[in-house]
Amino acid sequence: MNLEDILTEARRDFAAVDTLPALEQAKARFLGKSGAITEQMKGLGKLDPEQRKEAGARINQAKDGVEALLKARREAIQAEELNRQLAAESLDVTLPGRGAGLGGAHPVSLTLKRIESLFASIGFAVADGPEIETDFYNFTALNIPDNHPARAMHDTFYLGDGSLLRTHTSPVQVRYMEHQKPPIKIIAPGRVYRVDSDATHSPMFHQVEGLWVDRDISFAHLKGVVQDFLQRFFERDDLTVRFRPSFFPFTEPSAEMDMSWNGGWLEIGGCGMVHPNVLGHVGIDAEAWQGFAFGLGVERLAMLRYGVNDLRLFFENDMRFLKQFA
Amino acid sequence: MQFSEAWLRSLVNPKLDTDQLCHLMTMAGLEVEEAVPVAPAFDQVVVAEILSAEKHPNADRLQVCSVNVGGAEPLQIVCGAPNARAGLKTACAMVGAELPGEFKIKQAKVRSVESFGMLCSARELGISDAAEGIMELPADAAVGLPLRQYLDLDDRLITIKMTPNRGDCLSIQGIAREVAAISGSAAHPVDCTPVAAELADTLAVEIAAQDACPVYCGRVIRGIDAGARTPDWMVRRLQRGGIRAIHPVVDVTNYVLLELGEPMHAFDLAKVSGAIRVRPASAGERLALLNDQTIELAEGTLVIADGTGPVALAGIMGGAASAVSDTTVDLFLEAAHFTPDNLAGRARAYGLSTDSSHRFERGVDPALPAAAMERATRLILDICGGQAGPVTVVGAAPARRAAIRFRPKRARRLLGMAVDDSEMCAIFVRLGLDMEADGHEWQVTPPSYRFDLAIEVDLIEEIARVKGYDNLPAVLPSTTAAMTELAEGRRGRAEVTARLIDLGWQEVVTYSFIDSKQQAMVASGAEPIALVNPIASQMGVMRGNLMPGLLATLRHNLNHGQERLRIFELGRCFLGTGSDQQPLRLGGLAYGSARPEQWGEGARAVDFFDVKADMEALIWPLAADYAKAEHAALHPGQCARLGLGGRTIGWLGALHPRLVQQLGLSRTPILFELDWDALAARGLPAYRTVSRFPAVRRDLAVVVDGSIAVGDILSAARAVLPALVTELALFDVYQGKGVPDGKKSLAFKMLLQDTEKTLTDTEIENAVSEVLAYLSQRFGATLRS
Repeated sequence: MNLEDILTEARRDFAAVDTLPALEQAKARFLGKSGAITEQMKGLGKLDPEQRKEAGARINQAKDGVEALLKARREAIQAEELNRQLAAESLDVTLPGRGAGLGGAHPVSLTLKRIESLFASIGFAVADGPEIETDFYNFTALNIPDNHPARAMHDTFYLGDGSLLRTHTSPVQVRYMEHQKPPIKIIAPGRVYRVDSDATHSPMFHQVEGLWVDRDISFAHLKGVVQDFLQRFFERDDLTVRFRPSFFPFTEPSAEMDMSWNGGWLEIGGCGMVHPNVLGHVGIDAEAWQGFAFGLGVERLAMLRYGVNDLRLFFENDMRFLKQFA
Repeated sequence: MQFSEAWLRSLVNPKLDTDQLCHLMTMAGLEVEEAVPVAPAFDQVVVAEILSAEKHPNADRLQVCSVNVGGAEPLQIVCGAPNARAGLKTACAMVGAELPGEFKIKQAKVRSVESFGMLCSARELGISDAAEGIMELPADAAVGLPLRQYLDLDDRLITIKMTPNRGDCLSIQGIAREVAAISGSAAHPVDCTPVAAELADTLAVEIAAQDACPVYCGRVIRGIDAGARTPDWMVRRLQRGGIRAIHPVVDVTNYVLLELGEPMHAFDLAKVSGAIRVRPASAGERLALLNDQTIELAEGTLVIADGTGPVALAGIMGGAASAVSDTTVDLFLEAAHFTPDNLAGRARAYGLSTDSSHRFERGVDPALPAAAMERATRLILDICGGQAGPVTVVGAAPARRAAIRFRPKRARRLLGMAVDDSEMCAIFVRLGLDMEADGHEWQVTPPSYRFDLAIEVDLIEEIARVKGYDNLPAVLPSTTAAMTELAEGRRGRAEVTARLIDLGWQEVVTYSFIDSKQQAMVASGAEPIALVNPIASQMGVMRGNLMPGLLATLRHNLNHGQERLRIFELGRCFLGTGSDQQPLRLGGLAYGSARPEQWGEGARAVDFFDVKADMEALIWPLAADYAKAEHAALHPGQCARLGLGGRTIGWLGALHPRLVQQLGLSRTPILFELDWDALAARGLPAYRTVSRFPAVRRDLAVVVDGSIAVGDILSAARAVLPALVTELALFDVYQGKGVPDGKKSLAFKMLLQDTEKTLTDTEIENAVSEVLAYLSQRFGATLRS
């Protein structure tokens, strides 16, 4: 076989295969131990030096030609194979993802977390207290003695041994101040209970108590902090807060806080300057220290923030409701 | 407290419209809940007199009336009311009038008889719900007068939500005083000029409980007209104050109660025998009250008694036997002061709540009885006639109030506002407070009616209130820039719950009180903590664990079409009423398929190990140990007690099949409950050297008795591992062909590594042999061939 034929044959043979192993077999017929090119090389020994040099150069040229053909074909086959693989592996990327899915926080928790973060940003710590309280912490220590008419403002759940379900988070103030000397800067979120149940009242709901006692914390500061909080909470600088004189035995002066909303006023909690008797109960000198306390209704804030229109939804735990707050 | 705006304006009339007046009161702390017109809008309705009423020629139930409306000629009006009759004074809507409900009165033909107007019922005018015929006005009503004017209908009912400290504002006079102080307009005092005695008659009074009743005024009035009628203006004011007219004398005492705030009582003198004695009741005494209730008095309850026994429950309610009636001609009037300390809670103890007790519990001006006595006497004599005796006064109103120290500087510091001394001074004057304003310490004395003012901060609140809370600045405090503590070794609630949420769990919040039956179902032994006054029986006990709420939530959502649920709650459970018996716990429930229904994956029901993996992730980087245990609510074969540091921290397991059946569930929920404290503590990461030398893995398959818990093997072996073995983990459990019955094959993976050098084969083989030897000695393990 002359060299011309070898090249022609190699081109034909290589084109005839379409897998890499078949190509390797085809290659052996030309470049293998007994391949056509190899046989040509073996024949060189019989030639005289002059001819050998010239023939050798021609054989090498042919060999290069075969190798180039081989390389080109190999690359073509690889490209085809890759294309086939790609075609075979193609996905419908519009199919949904698979997984365990995510859960979600309860809207009251979301709201509490937001409240805690905002107050933490100005240095408030979080305090906690029991939900079954004694009469002392829920009332007496808060300057509400037995039979005080203010007790009628709290429809209280009682337990057999005279203890009760706390009607507000204010007892945490007292418990905290019993052990902690001023300056004090805490919020106390948690469940509270009142004997009341209709579309706008739940027998269990959440409050956040705030307490800041220091040398010169004033009523003006109370107004400033509450207004700042509500503006940040609702992300609305145009939101205004109205303070209205009210009465709580554990604060003096006392105020109800109303927030501007859709052209009207909405009551969102009570507040005031901590009453000297409350400070006195826990051994804090009311001449040296003063401060404010407030209590906010958490569900009310959550309802306004997320547009929820029925308080009872929070405790029904219907997944169709809860999943909206993921 | 509800009252007529017109009545208030008769005492103080600032130049404010109703809305402005209400706003002023609200911003002064007298929160106006409601201000509603006493009658809806209507016009051209006048007082009319029916001159004649003839049967309608074409209708049995109609009459044709000739009606005088004050015009030149009477009007012909067809009327269907059975009480339309000649001589009756009534209300007539003229042609052109517009009645509530956009009802226009036109000239009309009723069954071919012309009608020029309409005679109206109170209901048609929106004045009351009474619909029994047309209005019947008094015979002396002036014909032609607009009805709105005649009945004073351009008035509003104002309702104030009174805070318990402002007992002094539970009267028109009190509110007027307050409005005057805030608005700066003058209040007209109520005329309480003493009425001269025309009789010498008195009834002796003795107070045996001076603390509870510091002063008692009594007066005899004789010869009242038993047929007297309460005037309409008084009836209206009473009605608009929420009190029904009953009897002229009772009406007067109620009127004085509303006007001045002094609860009074009138006895029928003929039914009182002997002297009046204000004294504590003896145990076992009985009293029939005005409301037909007979009570047995507790010892110590303050009563008004005569020679025969108690005749009234002091400050709360009079007795039935001595009450005034249609036949009463002689009276004994009482105006006394009872202290809040004595009255507090008393009425409620007898299941009573009266206008009188409401006021005495909150405090009444101790100086009022004398004035109220004169006011009531005058009104009774004017309305009922009769003659009054002298006033008997026993005891005395407490002397002048103690002065309160007031420091202007303290007020400025507490309010955070620069109010100057003269302004504070002016505010106190407006409020009627006496004052010695001398330098930095003033002496301020409140009037007798401001019994709510006792200490300096009370006065500071008055400054703020009159100045207007709106006018106080809102200031953000400047504060020391100390950082807050940040304990890295503890996790917050949000951090822990976020991990569960990432694992696919939805947070819920369920009630802390549950049905006692549900509680009994999931907890054995301990008596639940019951509420004395639950809102409903299914909310009767405090939850001892979180399971009932989770199961109820499951039931609710199954009923609403959910098939798969993974829910958790973080909340307190109640083991006792002590503050240390209310642990915060994290509980969860998984139900339905292990993963959400999705393509490319077969559905498999969630099982113990799915939830266990989440528990491990939740507790990570700590690792709890899981011991087989029993729990009343859980499947005895699929229940683990979780321990950490030798302490039980919670439970994990499948709901007991008995409960699955009782609750009508088609699949088995997996439940867990963990102590919050154990989850919150996580410790700090502590670095250990990472070896630069290669790790070697050796697998070890052993056969052990089927009853041995893998957890026991792992924890025991890990405690005694040779130093070279850095990890020992299970990767397969096998029972079946090739393993003898009752045995199981366990395949462990061991990683061996040294931080200092590459391990030799000998070292490796020795370590593996050591582990095997331990397993065989301790657990009877044999190498699986």
